[in-house]
Amino acid sequence: MTRWLLALLVLAGLPGFASAAGGGAAYEHANINLSNQASLQRGARNFVNYCMGCHSAQYVRYNRLAEDVGLSEDQMVTNLMWAAEKPHETMEIAMPGSDAERWFGVTPPDLSLIARARGKDYLYTFLKGFYLDDTRPAGVNNIALPGASMPHVLWELQGLRRAQIETDAEGHEVISGYETVVEGQLTEEEYDSFVLDLVNFLVYIAEPVKLERERLGVWVIFFLLVFLLMSYLLKQEYWKDVR
Amino acid sequence: MTAEVDTSRRHFLTVTTAVTGAVGAGFAATPFLASWKPSARAQALGAPVEIDISKLDPGAMARVKWRGKAVWVLHRTKEMLDTLPAVVGELRDPESVEPQQPDYAANEFRSIRPEILVVVGNCTHLGCAPIERFDVAPEDLGADWRGGFYCPCHGSKFDLAGRVFRGVPAPLNLAVPPYRFLNENSILIGDDTGVA
Amino acid sequence: MSSTRPDALPDGGKLSALNDWVNARFPLKKMWDEHAAEYYAPKNFNVWYVFGVLSMVVLVIQLLTGLFLTMNYKPSSAEAFASVEYIMRDVEWGWLIRYMHSTGASAFFIVVYLHMFRAMLYGSYRKPRELVWIIGMLIYLALMAEAFFGYLLPWGQMSYWGAQVIVSLFGAIPGIGESLVEWIRGDFYISDITLNRFFALHVIALPLVLLGLVVAHILALHEVGSNNPDGVEIKNTKGPDGKPLDGIPFHPYYTVKDLVAIVIFLIAFASVMFFAPEMGGYFLEHANFEPANALKTPEHIAPVWYFTPFYAILRAVPDKLMGVILMGLAIGLFFLLPWLDRSPVKSIRYRGWIHKLALTLFAICFVGLGYIGVKPAVGIYPLLGRIFSVGYFAFFLLMPFYTRIDKTKPVPDRVTYHD
Repeated sequence: MTRWLLALLVLAGLPGFASAAGGGAAYEHANINLSNQASLQRGARNFVNYCMGCHSAQYVRYNRLAEDVGLSEDQMVTNLMWAAEKPHETMEIAMPGSDAERWFGVTPPDLSLIARARGKDYLYTFLKGFYLDDTRPAGVNNIALPGASMPHVLWELQGLRRAQIETDAEGHEVISGYETVVEGQLTEEEYDSFVLDLVNFLVYIAEPVKLERERLGVWVIFFLLVFLLMSYLLKQEYWKDVR
Repeated sequence: MTAEVDTSRRHFLTVTTAVTGAVGAGFAATPFLASWKPSARAQALGAPVEIDISKLDPGAMARVKWRGKAVWVLHRTKEMLDTLPAVVGELRDPESVEPQQPDYAANEFRSIRPEILVVVGNCTHLGCAPIERFDVAPEDLGADWRGGFYCPCHGSKFDLAGRVFRGVPAPLNLAVPPYRFLNENSILIGDDTGVA
Repeated sequence: MSSTRPDALPDGGKLSALNDWVNARFPLKKMWDEHAAEYYAPKNFNVWYVFGVLSMVVLVIQLLTGLFLTMNYKPSSAEAFASVEYIMRDVEWGWLIRYMHSTGASAFFIVVYLHMFRAMLYGSYRKPRELVWIIGMLIYLALMAEAFFGYLLPWGQMSYWGAQVIVSLFGAIPGIGESLVEWIRGDFYISDITLNRFFALHVIALPLVLLGLVVAHILALHEVGSNNPDGVEIKNTKGPDGKPLDGIPFHPYYTVKDLVAIVIFLIAFASVMFFAPEMGGYFLEHANFEPANALKTPEHIAPVWYFTPFYAILRAVPDKLMGVILMGLAIGLFFLLPWLDRSPVKSIRYRGWIHKLALTLFAICFVGLGYIGVKPAVGIYPLLGRIFSVGYFAFFLLMPFYTRIDKTKPVPDRVTYHD
């Protein structure tokens, strides 16, 4: 199934995987935790340092972000606000789309909602899934998004690896393993946790209100249960007449 | 059908359910009402504005837009400041008793620094924009005019501290927005954290 | 039933004077009595009978939240997507209002489908309630249109391509198809112009139509009186006071009972809204979190779940025009239900095994088609889609025969009610 799906994606030459009807089993599980503020802070820093060269998060306001991940305004200004002047601005970038299109062939998408569009596991797999491929303009391909035009921005951290490709019984080309070509600055575990923080952050910006919504939901349902008890007693009382 | 009905129990349950329901409806209404408050974007657009006054010569006035309003920053000369005590007798609220300014501007100059006046340039009558008339004793305003602001809409007059004169339609002094000095030469309008 | 209700307020001087003043000028009391206090409903309603009032609740939720969404939404292709995110992030509580509306859309169809199935279970469409049923079907049609127009508004990928596909269906009409499609879009593709008119239809035209039809639905129902799980006409057995022996005043008995149902419904509604507003991609589709892109179709496009049964029928037919016709027929046949059903009894309780089997198979086909509609057209699904489509149509087309030969049980004179 997985291979079939991957093959389909390659054939279609279409990026992305969104599908209403399930799927996504192929991706590695990203065990994120939105209430881990330290992780979100690291993720925010990673995002600003590595992603925001090309990707914006145009719906995210710095001040809201700082408040939600537990940073003071000063901390935010020194650590995150490279591209903006005022704390209430959104995470836009200066690179014009036309430049980007010339360099990468596509405009790097805004990442505000990427986690809701593609899912956290996809992002986790994608960020870990680069391997060398001379046929691609950027020199790398990606296991989660075959034909990706994004260069491996994190290669210094992860290192570079070459995929060992075999042909399986059904004649499909599959990746059987990797060999390291260039060592990364981080160990595999460190890199995984680096990416996990980043994914955590992306999930947070996709729906900043998520934790608040769940907190509130508990109270609403609690209230409704109390109300249910009352209305049930009331109904029973009146229906004594009918019996 | 039962013959007897426990009226008090029935009444009690009806009232409790109705009250709880009303409380619930109140809770449910809150988000809708609150959604009318200025949004994060409106607040971002209405954020404090900084103005550099190093180039503002004595006697000159700068206009800054803050939250859709013109805010005047007037660098008053010694002569201008001298007119302030002189007109006190003709003013409606010379002591700035009405809450038209933050506490730190409720003084004889209606400002933090005596020479720098910061006021919102909307007439307190019906919101027109008064014009600056710093000329002394002009023909149209009479020999007693020592300089101030004159509203063309309905003739309201204000002195050089934005205090309203008696006998004009405007009821209150011009409003002083919250502001603070970031340093010697720049003012942040709309934010007064740290100003006593 | 005693005529003076135990909870009746003592006649307060001023209040009752005001009451009299109003009633001399406006039929307030008359309307209240006619539709609530003296509307006699069968006392044997079961749980299937709550979905009518629940659809009213959802209608109110949708009107209210929709109104507040329009205060911040921008119906232009350049701003629509961003304005939805503005609502979700920048407007205070905007996220709650938006989730209420998106959850409400799906909830509407859930309760309406169950409401319709209730009518099929107990023969509520049968004489003398044919018009109640037909008006109800018109409500369902208006609701589908309302949902379709509304779905374009977030201007995401699914919005865009869903509208593209559904509008293209009209292109199948021979001769005028292409120009009709252009006329609907007002452009050569789904554009800003299309979005703007769909917005107008979604927020003004269809809500008005829906409200009018709902009033008509209730007036027609209250004219003939409610059916019940026994399919017995309670008007046939009246007491000496001229009131149905098996009827109870809608208020207070059914108002308090419906209140319980409403609260339970709200608990379910809140659970989805607060804990799973995307409902795994069924209520809010993942691809719709990407802005509309006229140059790139999402690789798997499916309509929202409430349209998928009909979408599956469309896909099951290899011919474009026939597909569209059968899809239309699948909805249209519902209108004929009162005349297709020839059984001497209304309620499933007194029907024979053939009808019970037919209805069960129909439910399986409907749900099955809905499931297939969200799946890609590969593997076993196209075949299953055809089987279920045949089953779907067979239920209606064979109904005049199997309902006549079906062995029915005798219907009692009075409703069965046990505590």
